Amino acid sequence: MPKKTVYKATIEHIQILDEDGKLDASLAKNTLTDEEVAFLFEQMVIWRHLDEVAFKLQRSGRMGTYPQNKGQEAAALGSGFAAKKGTDFLVPCYRENAALFLHGLAPHMILLHWMGDERGNQIPDNVNCTPISIPIGTQMLHATGIAWAYKIRKEPRCVVTYFGDGATSEGDFHEAMNFASTLEVPCVFFCQNNQWAISVPREVQMASETVAQKALAYGMPGVQVDGNDMFAVFKATRDALDRARKGGGPTFIEAVTYRLADHTTADDAKRYRDVKEVEAWTKKDPIIRHRKFLESKGLWSDKKHAEIEAKAKKIVDEIIKTAEGIEKPSPADIFNYTFAEIPEQLRVQRDTMRTNSLGQDPSQTGLKAQHAHTR
Amino acid sequence: MPELNLVQAINQALAEEMERDDRVVVLGEDVGLNGGVFRVTEGLQAKFGRERVVDTPLAESGIIGTSIGLAMAGMRPVPEIQFEGFLGPAYDQLVNHAARFRTRTRGAITIPMTVRVPVGGGIHAPELHSDSPEAIYSHSPGLKVLMPSTPYDAKGMLLAAIRDPDPCIFFEPKRVYRSFKEEVPEGDYEVPIGQAKVVSEGDDITVVTWGATVFQCLAAMDELPDDVSVELIDLRTIYPMDTDTIVESVRKTGRCVVVHEAPRTAGMGAEIATVIQESCFLHLEAPVQRVTGFDTVMPYYKLELEYLPESPRIVAAVRECLAY
Repeated sequence: MPKKTVYKATIEHIQILDEDGKLDASLAKNTLTDEEVAFLFEQMVIWRHLDEVAFKLQRSGRMGTYPQNKGQEAAALGSGFAAKKGTDFLVPCYRENAALFLHGLAPHMILLHWMGDERGNQIPDNVNCTPISIPIGTQMLHATGIAWAYKIRKEPRCVVTYFGDGATSEGDFHEAMNFASTLEVPCVFFCQNNQWAISVPREVQMASETVAQKALAYGMPGVQVDGNDMFAVFKATRDALDRARKGGGPTFIEAVTYRLADHTTADDAKRYRDVKEVEAWTKKDPIIRHRKFLESKGLWSDKKHAEIEAKAKKIVDEIIKTAEGIEKPSPADIFNYTFAEIPEQLRVQRDTMRTNSLGQDPSQTGLKAQHAHTR
Repeated sequence: MPELNLVQAINQALAEEMERDDRVVVLGEDVGLNGGVFRVTEGLQAKFGRERVVDTPLAESGIIGTSIGLAMAGMRPVPEIQFEGFLGPAYDQLVNHAARFRTRTRGAITIPMTVRVPVGGGIHAPELHSDSPEAIYSHSPGLKVLMPSTPYDAKGMLLAAIRDPDPCIFFEPKRVYRSFKEEVPEGDYEVPIGQAKVVSEGDDITVVTWGATVFQCLAAMDELPDDVSVELIDLRTIYPMDTDTIVESVRKTGRCVVVHEAPRTAGMGAEIATVIQESCFLHLEAPVQRVTGFDTVMPYYKLELEYLPESPRIVAAVRECLAY
């Protein structure tokens, strides 16, 4: 038997709007309308401002550690816009705030989370997302389970789950991919390849040429898009969701983007990242190219931009006022959500805020004095 | 003698041992160029190269699983897990593999590895960055569990752990990382595994603790009347536990308060209270008291000081125990 090739594959890269704001009109067909781009660009400007203010809040001691989303807004907005608000479900990591806001999450809740308050995770019933997820690469399994439930119940709904390039090194990622593809669940695996997992660059993180090709091992379609191009992100996500909704199973999307800021406010990327690399990516900032595109269409101007920036400032001021205006939770909250019904021992801990037996039962304390008296 | 904080003392121990023993390799997420997220491994990659100070892929099970292989093949791996909350994926490799190899091969294969893990709360960190899981691993036979509270002890215990023939988890209390400096000798010394330290001698009551809460206990002692004489024990090694030091102290004082950040139920306080009950029964003047974290999920930081056993709760428990 001669040798033969039993498997061969290629990975496509899609870019529709280049970094100079030039659009590939044929690829752009049936993607975003000019009005939609203008709307999404406005969102981009507003949430960029929130991100920058959040950074300052941490620096001035008004918020804890915060991971900036800066530079990755096109990936979040393009994909989030492709998902049906109120129908589809988002399972995020923590660098796609704008997608969550598009789906109705109140922005102050993200700040509240990073202000050390679990109420930032108390997602209202009418918002279809899980809270942001801290341990890397774990949430894609949950997304797969949610999508599985939709499939079992034959609901025409899909899940989009977000994670980074580093997350694809975790075992849970591979388990999620395998479950999703073998069970053919309606889930889109949206990888924000921002090139860096804290200090570890993508090429040290993995030996594969692309992240997208990891999908091939699971028999799942994998595609790479320019993650700073909302058209390409939207198109890839919408196509994946269309396929999933028709029972075609999961898709993996690698959005090639860049973390323009530090990993979090506790990090200092200057220690490990070449300034020139950051400068090169700064030129590919999604804000630059989408603005250029809108200007070329006559839909944007300096005046309009100033208006939106003023609007952003107002909106963000209000969000911060809301987040900071929320009073510290009651210590009872530490206990009250542990179970549906609080066990008796835990109730005692809550009501006394003590764990030592004498502190929990004050009638026992002072026995020495009593004994001395009766003796 | 130079004064070092906990971070610097651990860094020095690693650097010196890597110099002495070329089997020692450091591996983990961001431990190389970035020097670890707490800078504990700062400068080590520059000094010892990328072969010995390795930025691994982002995978905790992978870090511990491959460390087991490295150890089997004669290396002395010192893996870092970035935060105790990320030990989850590594649990299977730690408990079902590292801890069991000596037993299941009847000594043919052993795993000399030291897993460094920042631990505990009190630094306003995000979710899963503030837990205290020492009891989980102390309940997993085959693992040694260490938690130094001072720079001097940290260096000496880390050297002892790296040279130990069995797997050790070396918990580093984050709250202490940069909180103070003390004299740490350059060069080789060991603080033996399994030896508690009497931080201050006393006659009225024994307080047993470890890690960052040592300093909460010291603060509590300052709040107590001068005529209350507290014997404070820093356990230093959680497993194997120095029960002799505890028992000797409680036989003298007749009273004991155990303080830890971890939840109360099935925490190490329960084990210590049982040891005392077994060995000091006729010496006890009061029930052993536990001042611990609550039996809840570690709250986000707005409420973390309400959760943690801060000094006012310790003071109250000591007073109650003395009054009994």
